Amino acid sequence: MRTPPGRHRALAVLCAAVLAGSALAGCGSDDDKGGDSGSPDAPGQITLTVGLFGSFGYEEAGLYKEYEALHPNIKIKQNATQKEEVYWPALQTRLGGGGDLDDIQGIEVGRIVDVVNNQADKWLDLNTLGAQTQTQEYLSWKAKAATTADGKSLALGTDVGPMAICYRSDLFQQAGLPTGRDELAQKWSTWEGYLDVGRQFAAKAPKGSSYMDSVTGMYNAMIGQQQTFYYDASGKLIYDTNPAVRSAFDLSAKAAQDGLSAKLVQFQTDWDQAFAKGGFATISCPSWMIGYIKEKAGDATKGKWDVAAAPGATGNWGGSYLAIPKGAKHAKEAYELLQWLTAKEQQVKLFERRGSFPSRTTAISQVAATTDPYFNGAPIGQIFSQAAQKMPVQTLGVRDNDVKVAIQNALNAVEAQGVKPDDAWKDAKASVKAALG
Amino acid sequence: MAVTSPARLLTTRQLWRRRGTKAAPYAFIAPFFVMFAAFGLFPLVYTGYVSLHRVRLQNPDAMSWVGLDNYTTLLQDEFFWNSLKNTFTIGVISTVPQLCLALGLAHLLNYRLRGRTFFRVAVLLPYATSVAAATLVFAGLFGRDYGMLNWFLGLIGIDPVDWFNEKWPSQIAVSTIVTWRWTGYNALIYLAAMQAISYDRYEAAMLDGANRWQQFRHVTLPGLRPTIVFTIIVSTIGALQIFGEPLLLQGGTTGMNGGASRQYQTTGLYMYQTGWQYFSLGKAAAIAWLMFLIIALVVGVNAAIVRYRLKRAAALTAAKPGKG
Repeated sequence: MRTPPGRHRALAVLCAAVLAGSALAGCGSDDDKGGDSGSPDAPGQITLTVGLFGSFGYEEAGLYKEYEALHPNIKIKQNATQKEEVYWPALQTRLGGGGDLDDIQGIEVGRIVDVVNNQADKWLDLNTLGAQTQTQEYLSWKAKAATTADGKSLALGTDVGPMAICYRSDLFQQAGLPTGRDELAQKWSTWEGYLDVGRQFAAKAPKGSSYMDSVTGMYNAMIGQQQTFYYDASGKLIYDTNPAVRSAFDLSAKAAQDGLSAKLVQFQTDWDQAFAKGGFATISCPSWMIGYIKEKAGDATKGKWDVAAAPGATGNWGGSYLAIPKGAKHAKEAYELLQWLTAKEQQVKLFERRGSFPSRTTAISQVAATTDPYFNGAPIGQIFSQAAQKMPVQTLGVRDNDVKVAIQNALNAVEAQGVKPDDAWKDAKASVKAALG
Repeated sequence: MAVTSPARLLTTRQLWRRRGTKAAPYAFIAPFFVMFAAFGLFPLVYTGYVSLHRVRLQNPDAMSWVGLDNYTTLLQDEFFWNSLKNTFTIGVISTVPQLCLALGLAHLLNYRLRGRTFFRVAVLLPYATSVAAATLVFAGLFGRDYGMLNWFLGLIGIDPVDWFNEKWPSQIAVSTIVTWRWTGYNALIYLAAMQAISYDRYEAAMLDGANRWQQFRHVTLPGLRPTIVFTIIVSTIGALQIFGEPLLLQGGTTGMNGGASRQYQTTGLYMYQTGWQYFSLGKAAAIAWLMFLIIALVVGVNAAIVRYRLKRAAALTAAKPGKG
């Protein structure tokens, strides 16, 4: 009322401009993603898009640059989502709608059975592009898991996750424990032994440090040593009657009740920070965790970390695949890149630079001598190769991921909320029922 | 008959013209209704249709009819009831302080302050922040081991609180983010309504010797009543839909679960988990419809109470004519 009319008009114009601007921005952002591949590039130029989750490490290890140098007509653009549980549903909607797919998409091992059983019509059969010769080089179970009953290869493997234990030798020393990796591996040749060392650590632990990050890590490591866990070979859900699952749950819950855990949730901010701040002294370490630790813990803890064989000296946790969705714009070129990224040479490089363990037998035989200065010169090649040799051929199930998440949450409730293990187990069963019902 | 006879005398052209003038208003409002039909009504109805099927996200085209199964499953689902309870408690601990704070803030902003415009814009800033960005910052502040809030509590000798894992602290953490985002918005709505209250009333009150507090209670509050009702209804609807804050407080699969034991999982979040983690689109659609019905019910009850109170107030003033 007291403002002169001119100001009102100016305000109205401003509002209109802001609204129009945001409306345009809203439209614009649609084409941002993958826009490069949609618009025609310079003649002969092709932009390939790669959709990934977490850290595959291709960009960090310089592999895209290398490929672009070898193929001057190819440009590579990576669309990375940090969390797989965000990446996968988003990809599902695009597969359903048929639009905006990347030329190459990553698939986590927990989803591969779902893809092979229920989505074979949505992915290209890589055999038609020449993958038959490739699959023979793989660990047989890794290739088999991505093959349909009628023989289509829907994806090629990237890495597998042989298990070890990564530990902070400086914290062990402060707690008056031995720090040698062979001596420790012997002390924790069983999971009970691992907990014994934990109780000794807890008795004299440095302030602010717990023995392990979260009992869910230990649980997943134990499950990774089983041939059969959530489903049996016929595809029947058996997690609640499988004694191996229950005993892994019980021992993990016991570790939680004994106060051996820092009560963190894996892949959450607090957990990331605890790597650098020494919040925990040990972590169940699939080979891909090597790269993660270096990234999160940083230079400050270089040389303080070490790697020792895990209890049972084997296990597999995680590992991924690359695949080409139907509807990819440059299928042929995408396959060439996919094959190159998963080829023996690149798998070796990726292990040396990032710790992702090869899934091709031909590459595995070349990494045995690798050591890592960040981990106090630990012979990671030898430790992970030995773990990989004893790796069980696992029976994967169609909803493994949902069962795993339900049990992880239950274990988190035991460690961080003091829920009784039996009640937590009941909750996990109810969650699985809600998820699968 | 008398009405139609002149029309017969009109030429075709005039007829069209008349029709045009009659149709024009409808044409002008049509864009809204077309948009509403496409983006409001159709999804609503289609969601209802989906909720009667078993549909998985991997193959959304493969639908199998299950009738009301999704609804009966939900009504027996302990997690659904748990999420309703959480929605209710989080709704109360976020809405009540939010509206009280907003009222106080609006009252302060209504004074002649130096840099008044600055403050008025400043209170709206949280509202303009994205939920995701705000929640990530708050999640950092609330961190158990390395969060600023616990560090601060430590300075004054209070043990660290696990803002994620304990039930009430985690619900308070979620509510804090909601309150932070919406207080300024509501304050500005109150402020606008306050400025519409005639100054004469304050003058009259002052002449009667009313102090600031009495002016607030007896002039401002009655003048704001319709606005307060509006904000309560809007905030209630907002509270029933709370979703982004609990999802991102811990993030990841724990976030989708609303905490390790679902201690702060709201109904909106359970719907998200059902659709986007469990991939059961049919059941998620059923949750969406139940939420819609609950919101309609709550707003209906809200409105009924308001109408009843207004009627009673009118009856009271009518009974005591001298008081006005």
